[in-house]
Amino acid sequence: MAFVQNVPFFSIMLAMFSGIISSVLPGKIARRLHGVVTTMIGLMSAWLLVYLWQSDIGSYVFMMGHFPAPWGNEIRAGVLEAGMALFFCVIMLLSVLGGRKKRFDEIEVSKHNIYYILTNLLLGALLALVYTNDMFTAYVFVEITTIAACGLIMIRQNGRTIEAAVRYMIMSLLGSGLLLMGICMLYDLTGHLLMSNMQESVTQIMEAGTYSIPMLITIGLMTVGIAIKSALFPFHAWLPDAYGYSTVSSAAILSSLVSKGYIFLLIKIFYRVIGFEYIAGSHILNILFLFGLGGMIFGSISAIWEKDIRRMISFSSVAQIGYIFMGFGLGTEAGMIASIFHILAHAATKSLLFVAGIGLTDVSAGSRSFFDLTGAGYRNKVAGVGFAVGSLSMVGIPIFSGFVSKLLFAEAAVVDPSWRMFPTLIVLAISTILNAIYFLKTVLRIYTPESAAVEEEKGFYRITWKEQKWYAFTIVMFIVVNLILGVTSQPILEIIKEGLHNFA
Amino acid sequence: MSKPISEEEYRKGMANRLKQWILGEEDPLLGNMEIQQQNEYVPNQKMLRRHKKDRDRVVRDVLDTEHNKHYKRFFRFYKIAAVVSCVALILILLVAVSYLPPVGSADKPVNNEVSAKYIEDGMQETGAVNIVTGMILDYRAFDTFGESNVLFIATCTVLIMLRNDRKKGKHSAEAEEKRDSYYEPKADSILQKITFVLFPIIVIYGIYVILNGHLSPGGGFSGGAIIGAGLILYLNAFGFEKIGRFFTEKTHKWISFAALTFYCLAKSYSFYTGAHHLESGIPLGTPGDIISSGLILPLNICVGLVVACTMYSFYALFRKGGY
Repeated sequence: MAFVQNVPFFSIMLAMFSGIISSVLPGKIARRLHGVVTTMIGLMSAWLLVYLWQSDIGSYVFMMGHFPAPWGNEIRAGVLEAGMALFFCVIMLLSVLGGRKKRFDEIEVSKHNIYYILTNLLLGALLALVYTNDMFTAYVFVEITTIAACGLIMIRQNGRTIEAAVRYMIMSLLGSGLLLMGICMLYDLTGHLLMSNMQESVTQIMEAGTYSIPMLITIGLMTVGIAIKSALFPFHAWLPDAYGYSTVSSAAILSSLVSKGYIFLLIKIFYRVIGFEYIAGSHILNILFLFGLGGMIFGSISAIWEKDIRRMISFSSVAQIGYIFMGFGLGTEAGMIASIFHILAHAATKSLLFVAGIGLTDVSAGSRSFFDLTGAGYRNKVAGVGFAVGSLSMVGIPIFSGFVSKLLFAEAAVVDPSWRMFPTLIVLAISTILNAIYFLKTVLRIYTPESAAVEEEKGFYRITWKEQKWYAFTIVMFIVVNLILGVTSQPILEIIKEGLHNFA
Repeated sequence: MSKPISEEEYRKGMANRLKQWILGEEDPLLGNMEIQQQNEYVPNQKMLRRHKKDRDRVVRDVLDTEHNKHYKRFFRFYKIAAVVSCVALILILLVAVSYLPPVGSADKPVNNEVSAKYIEDGMQETGAVNIVTGMILDYRAFDTFGESNVLFIATCTVLIMLRNDRKKGKHSAEAEEKRDSYYEPKADSILQKITFVLFPIIVIYGIYVILNGHLSPGGGFSGGAIIGAGLILYLNAFGFEKIGRFFTEKTHKWISFAALTFYCLAKSYSFYTGAHHLESGIPLGTPGDIISSGLILPLNICVGLVVACTMYSFYALFRKGGY
């Protein structure tokens, strides 16, 4: 075994271990440790990605302990997993960096190190979700992710965040409960917890046709559980408060990493546990398709009505999660690839929007009202550019990442024509227009000059990039990530395609 | 031979005091227990008015469904939807369960080579007589590592929520605790005497459960919970000042840090050697001995420490917001 193949194990253990160490460190050192560890894990994942891409081993399993797979634990890595790990590290690093200044204002100084415990353990749990090959391990790390997410929401202590955290916890635990019931029933039917062994048994059961009804219910429970946790349309009521009122790094991490980790687990369940042929033939995808379409429209409509910019960006997440589930619902490989690309595109763009949004509200005397943002793009130029780029990407303007994923969704709908083709295309068009309405009106608003007298009166101020170097650096890096996804999408798509083949 | 005693001696005697206590003429705790006399409750008119204003506002804007028609519809929909979705979920689950393979049948899919190997080779491969412990701390130690991190992160989240870091003033943890427990009896001699007897027994029993985790039912999770319960009892009887002599937030922090670090490093070593098919060099010992089964015993101790600290810290945080 080549040494680079230890990377998944090292990165999970390193992230967890740094979380444990952070509990005895002062906040400042814990912050540096977080940065160093995340960078290290990112670099290692990149190394693994390059290695797997060049060699032809496809994916390999790594034994966690002295006992082989069905008895002990194991993790499995392929190009897609390595790529996801790298991407998660980049977004995590940038999100934490972008909200650096804001955390000093919003979190008690004595609790700063706890923030880094949460982020480190969250990163470890997300990596474990990405790499795991065992359903029960997945469940344990889903729990860590859920609790860490609650902590991230309420570490900024005011009434709204505590209410949001309680709502998030109730909905998320409902999702976990359904997922756990699904896993238990699947274990009862197959006698295994290891994904590959489960798939063998599931195929046998499907061919024998003995347990088709409980099997359908099991898949339904797991899908609905994860859909609740990742805020698919009718289950999204917790989302705007949780993203809208938490501190900005938390909002960026929650929207772009936590929900994406769950969705990645769902893809894994589809491919590695159940088998995509069976999933594509079942009616569960139709429901996901309809809910996805509903999310795309209603999320955008709610965002148009919203006057609070943070909540507006949050509602946009509902629409984007709708896109991802709509791609699943197409039931084809092309749809799946489009969804995975959209996971990346949305994660990169949404965290940029949150981070840029906070820069705009800060120079507008902290007011989050849409009307007070007039001219904010001139007061904080870096944030203005970041917000404009994020908006253009979400609307789907070429050279930005959002364009590629919309193109892929449309392509996927047309390549394998079914009854889903026309609804997809129509809703895609409507949703794009709705996106354009609320994002572009905000961009126009922030670039409408405000008279100096009004700025004086309301206590607005100007800030240049020299006074906020780390923030400016973060925004630039976010834009670069966005451009990379938008311009060099071909190699990324190749990685996703290859990764999906290794998945099954 | 009995000797007559004077009346004064009789009054001080055990029998008389027992009789008086039963008749309710004397309270033996009087003068021994610190307790504040409760004053009659006088409502603060200002606060009452404020609460009433809040309540009136909620009623006017939401609860008064005569004037808020859309809320009326919402409440009705909410109730119906809640009942319908609960009933639907229950029915779906019942249907699913009725199709599952019957409990206890021999050809159930669960009775396969995986569980067979745990039962047949478990003791030989892990050195633990208790198969469950062997499973959770050796075969599937990665899951259990995750599980102890769940406890750790849960403590951190409760710390965020409840820890009160203000050192001075009206809102500091000390002042709040004093206000909260103002009317509580302090130095309750019944509780203290019973704790004096029970606390060592509980802790020793907890240690026994942890140390015998690989030999008999039990282990870190249950033993830790027992020790945690003992600590909570001690806190209730003797208060924060006494328990602070041997268990403070700092102790807790370092204990759980040390336990989890040991767990993480030991298991990383074991995972690494396992994945590369190297000998770990940790002797398994004779199954049945206290010192046996390789890493399981130290890991059980770690899990036990983490669980005990977590249990106690939850209680202490809810009680005082810091300890």
